[in-house]
Amino acid sequence: MKAQGRVFKYGDNVDTDVIIPARYLNTSDAAELASHCMEDIDADFPKKVKAGDLMVGGRNFGCGSSREHAPLAIKTAGISCVIAESFARIFYRNAINIGLPILECEAAAKAIADGAVVGVDFETGVITDTVTGRTWKSVPFPPFMRELMAAGGLVPYVKTRLEKK
Amino acid sequence: MGRKTSMTMTQKILARAAGLDRVEPGQLIEAKLDLVLGNDITAPVAIREFAKIGSGRVFNKDKIALVPDHFSPNKDIKAAEQCKVLRCFACEHDITNYFELGEMGIEHALLPEKGLVGPGDVIIGADSHTCTYGALGAFSTGVGSTDMAAGMATGTAWFKVPAAMRFVLTGAPRAWVSGKDVILHIIGKIGVDGALYRSMEYFGDGLKSLTVDDRLCMANMAIEAGAKNGIFPVDAKTLAFLKSVGHPGGTVFKADKYAVYEQTIMIDLASLEPTVSFPHLPSNTRLARESGSVTIDQVVIGSCTNGRLSDLVTAAKVLAGRKVKKGLRCIVIPATQKIWLEAMKKGLFKQFVEAGAVVSTPTCGPCLGGHMGILAKGERAVATTNRNFVGRMGHPESEVYLASPAVAAASALTGRITDPSEVM
Repeated sequence: MKAQGRVFKYGDNVDTDVIIPARYLNTSDAAELASHCMEDIDADFPKKVKAGDLMVGGRNFGCGSSREHAPLAIKTAGISCVIAESFARIFYRNAINIGLPILECEAAAKAIADGAVVGVDFETGVITDTVTGRTWKSVPFPPFMRELMAAGGLVPYVKTRLEKK
Repeated sequence: MGRKTSMTMTQKILARAAGLDRVEPGQLIEAKLDLVLGNDITAPVAIREFAKIGSGRVFNKDKIALVPDHFSPNKDIKAAEQCKVLRCFACEHDITNYFELGEMGIEHALLPEKGLVGPGDVIIGADSHTCTYGALGAFSTGVGSTDMAAGMATGTAWFKVPAAMRFVLTGAPRAWVSGKDVILHIIGKIGVDGALYRSMEYFGDGLKSLTVDDRLCMANMAIEAGAKNGIFPVDAKTLAFLKSVGHPGGTVFKADKYAVYEQTIMIDLASLEPTVSFPHLPSNTRLARESGSVTIDQVVIGSCTNGRLSDLVTAAKVLAGRKVKKGLRCIVIPATQKIWLEAMKKGLFKQFVEAGAVVSTPTCGPCLGGHMGILAKGERAVATTNRNFVGRMGHPESEVYLASPAVAAASALTGRITDPSEVM
């Protein structure tokens, strides 16, 4: 599995209130959530983003609320992968559970510029800046999480296990 | 007990729930759950995912709690539809702990009060402030809706066993310094990711001077330091609280003498002063008395962090017989129906209203910019809530300053951020 697209770059501590403001949480409709994604810090994001684009953040990406609406809004907006120096733990868990690819890589997150075109190989964890040619190796997921993601997220994983019982 | 087999309090609770003799940091485990929680924002998504799992029934109808608290009383048609999803699911699965408006409250104030959480429990909640119950010696952590769905179906969840940080508290806090000031001080010291992926475990003689409400407030904000959980040892105060709410007592775990902590932070409670978090991060702390003349438009006293009876009593002490600054809105929100009733019986509402404040029914409301006190462009609020991110309480260009009930009440009187000792 691979991804390639243009980068939307943000700073440290991108919180779930800016990813999807709570005033829109009276719906769980993914398309509606995506249409307001990031708007409080980047009003044009929902208009500019194209399917396959990437998001790059600094430290503690996704901190704050446990709202799964946040990774869901990012995924539905078309983002194919989020790269950050580190992720807040609930966001990390939620992204894996709903099948939004995320990679922790401090060096890449620091070096990649807004607007860069970046490719990601999920098998090897290698991140490539297609303009500069620079590459980075991200932290691989533990085997359990790879299994979970291979199953298509937590719901199909649990479903299969319950059926086996 | 050697160093190799030693465990922290969190690790011991998780080991038991996973059916293992011992666990170590980084280990992936599957643990049995004592309670699975959701609210009107997160549970509708979980209920949709639960249907996809297709098991058709919940693992235990007594071990699921559903609390419509965020946008209730229903703020609009969409919110009403979401609450309806909870109600219908609760009815269909005969969920014991579904709390309708008249018996509800903000989830993290409500569950301890109902005796549903206690020592040794493993609890997940589709709300980041689920870490609150660590105050009572439980392992309790926030998850997303999909985890909640899987938890409702299986009664289990996967966890990566966290490494730990040790916070040793000494001394006793001075007047007007509360659990809120302690946790804001800690977050200011270690940062919003200072405890990322780890558990925050509290120790020391200083605990004796912290009430259960102080501890609930401190455990509540563990997530604001990025922590997986915050946890307090069980002592006489915990046991007295549990008894008062009819909880049977649970299983008490104690950290081993040689348990490993990645970091130890010493805090002399006597050295702390009323503290405020400036926009837009909880770690952006300053002393209230050094806050300069930040003028404010609104004060909110409430939330899962500081909407308990003792918080209202403190706020009333400051406001009684005085007047809220002309032109400022002061909104008081008791966190549960029980707290509401007790506050009324104590005569606090009279004091609030005569001071020029309003009293609301329990709701998360303004804390997350939902309803009941939204900020306009450029407005500033001092709030006893837990987050001050961009746009948290309303317009993206509004500002939230986090503080204790005493600081919030004192600020309501002066119209600027104020240390309570200035007005008392």
